Amino acid sequence: MAIISVQQLSKQYGSFTAVNQLSFTVEKGDVYGFLGQNGAGKSTTIRMLMTLIEPTAGEIRIFDLPLSTHRKEILRQTGAVIEKPEVYPYLSAYDNLRLFARLSGVKLSRTQYMHQLEQVGLASRAHDKVKAFSQGMKQRLGIGIALVHNPQLIVLDEPTNGLDPQGIADIRNLLLWLSREQKKTILISSHLLSEIEQVATRVLIIDKGKKLVEGSAEELFDPAKTLVELITSNTEATKERLLISKWAAHLKETNGNSIKLQMNSHDIPALNRDLVSWQIDVLSLQQQHSLEDYFLQVTAGKKHVDTFSN
Amino acid sequence: MWTLFQIELFKIFRRPRTYIAFAAITALIGMVQLGLKVDGKEYASFVMADFNSTFTLEGNLLNGYFVCFIVLQLLLVHVPLLIALIAADMISGEANTGTLRLLMSKPISRLEFILAKYLASVVYTIMLLVWVALQALFLSMLIFGTDDMFIMKSSYAVLIKSGDVFWRYAGAFCFAALAMTTVAALGFLLSLFAENSIGPIVATMSVIIVSTLLSTMNIPLFNLVKPYLFTTHMITWKEFFDLQVNELNEAIPGSLAYPEKIRTSIFILLGHIVFFVGSAALIFQRKDVLS
Repeated sequence: MAIISVQQLSKQYGSFTAVNQLSFTVEKGDVYGFLGQNGAGKSTTIRMLMTLIEPTAGEIRIFDLPLSTHRKEILRQTGAVIEKPEVYPYLSAYDNLRLFARLSGVKLSRTQYMHQLEQVGLASRAHDKVKAFSQGMKQRLGIGIALVHNPQLIVLDEPTNGLDPQGIADIRNLLLWLSREQKKTILISSHLLSEIEQVATRVLIIDKGKKLVEGSAEELFDPAKTLVELITSNTEATKERLLISKWAAHLKETNGNSIKLQMNSHDIPALNRDLVSWQIDVLSLQQQHSLEDYFLQVTAGKKHVDTFSN
Repeated sequence: MWTLFQIELFKIFRRPRTYIAFAAITALIGMVQLGLKVDGKEYASFVMADFNSTFTLEGNLLNGYFVCFIVLQLLLVHVPLLIALIAADMISGEANTGTLRLLMSKPISRLEFILAKYLASVVYTIMLLVWVALQALFLSMLIFGTDDMFIMKSSYAVLIKSGDVFWRYAGAFCFAALAMTTVAALGFLLSLFAENSIGPIVATMSVIIVSTLLSTMNIPLFNLVKPYLFTTHMITWKEFFDLQVNELNEAIPGSLAYPEKIRTSIFILLGHIVFFVGSAALIFQRKDVLS
C-alpha cells in the first residue's frame, strides 16, 4: 500500500523552478531516504508534503487521500521535523511536548509524556527550559514532538543536522527501532549518503528539483560499485602498475595525487595487499561516501542511472 | 479552536516579554500618582487658574476620579505602543523562531490559527486595560479618596457628581478596550509580512504615530480622511465624561452629551477590526511558510 504518492509535483518561484515534475511513491513500512545536495529541492518537497507551501502543479496523496482536501485527517497521522526543530525556548521540554501533543489532537497522562521524553533521552531534563538545551537536545525534543501522537508516517528533514557522532548514532538507532519494532513509515531527507544508507530501505536522489535515481537501498548501494580513493607516495608509478594489473578495468580517474577506482568494497583488502607487494607506499585507501562522489558515480555511469530511475 | 486559543494564552502569559507592558504601566501610573500626591495642590491651582476668578470650588478636587482621568489622558496615547509589542509579534515571532512551520504541520486549520491568535491578543489587551483600571482608578480612589469630578473641556468645564462617575469609567474602559483591540488587529495584520518581530512592531507604531498626526492636524486635505482614521476615534472614550444640559444649562445626571459620536466611533473601530483580521486570515490562507 502506498503511504505517499507524489505525481508530477512542481514548485515555481518566479522564473526559478525549485521542484520540477517530481514523482515518487513511499510504500507502507519503508524507510525512504530522500537525498540531494543543499538546494536540490528536498526541503521544498517536504514543505509541500506538510502543507507549508502550496504546489504550483501536481498531486500529493497520503494514506490514499488527496492532501489538498484531507489536510487535517492526514496531518493527524503524520509527525514531522522540518529542518531545525525549533520549539518555544521559554517553555520546558515537558510543556513543549504537551503543547504540541494537544495541537496534534492527543492529551496524554504525565507518565506518558515522561515516557516519551525518556524515549528521546530527555527525561532527566524534562522540566528545564529549552533555551538552555544544546542543538542535539533540541533535535531530540523535536523528534519526541513528532512521535508524541503515535503517527503512522514520520517525516524528518535533515534530522541529524548539528548533532555530534553520538547524537547521530542515537537518532539512527531510534529510526531503526521505529521502523522495525513500531512498523512506522519514515521519510528522511539528508545530503549525507552515509546517513541514509544505514537506515533506508528505498532511496530517491534528486538534483535541481528533478528525480535522478530511485530504487531500493540494496540496489543503489551495491558494494560492487563502490568508489574507492587511493593516495600513494607516487601517483604516476601506481597508476602505471595498476594499468598492467587485474585492477586496470576498475580505474575511474586520476585527479592530482588521488586515484579513483570503482570496485567491490570486499576487494579493498586484496588491492591493499597487491599495492604493498609492489612496494608502493599507501598513504590512504578509503571508500567514498559523499553525495557529490555518489553523484559522480551515478552521472558517470548512465547505464546505472537508467537501471534504477523508473 | 478552543484548544488553540488556550495554548496561545498559555504561551503569551509564559513569555517574559508579556510582563514588560504591565511593569511599564505600573511605573508610569505610579509616577503620576506620586507626583500628584506630592505636588497635586499646586498642579490643581495651576489648572484652575482661569476658573478661580469666576468660580469658588470646594471639596476634594484632586480626588481619585480626577487623577484617573489625568492618568488616562496621559497613558492611552502610549498603551497602543505596548500592545504593538505583543500583537505585532504574534505571527512574525513564530516565523522568527521557526515554530510557525511546526505549528502549520499540525492538524489545525489556518483560519482557526489566525482567529485563536487574534483572540488571545484581545485577551492580553483587555487584561492590560484591567491592570490600568486597577491602578489608575481603584488605587487612585484609595490614595486620593472620592468626590465630585471636575474636568475641563476646551471651552467649558464639566462637574460630574461622584455617584454619576463610576459607570462612565466602566464605559470609557470598555471603549478603550475596543480601541486597543483595533491597534492589536493592525499589529496582527502587519506581523504576517515579516519573519522578525522588530519590523512589524516598528511598522505598527509608525502607522499609529502618522495616523494620530493626521487625526490631530487641522489641514483641509487631511480633514477628508480624518473621519475614517481609527486614531480619530480612539480618543472618543472622553465623550463618556461630557453631560447633556437642560434649558437652564444645568447638567443632566446619567446623560451623555454626544452618544451618537460614541456609536459612530464604535462602528468605525469595529469596521477596522473586521478589515484587519479578515485581511490577515485571507492572506495567511495562501501564504507559503518559508521561515
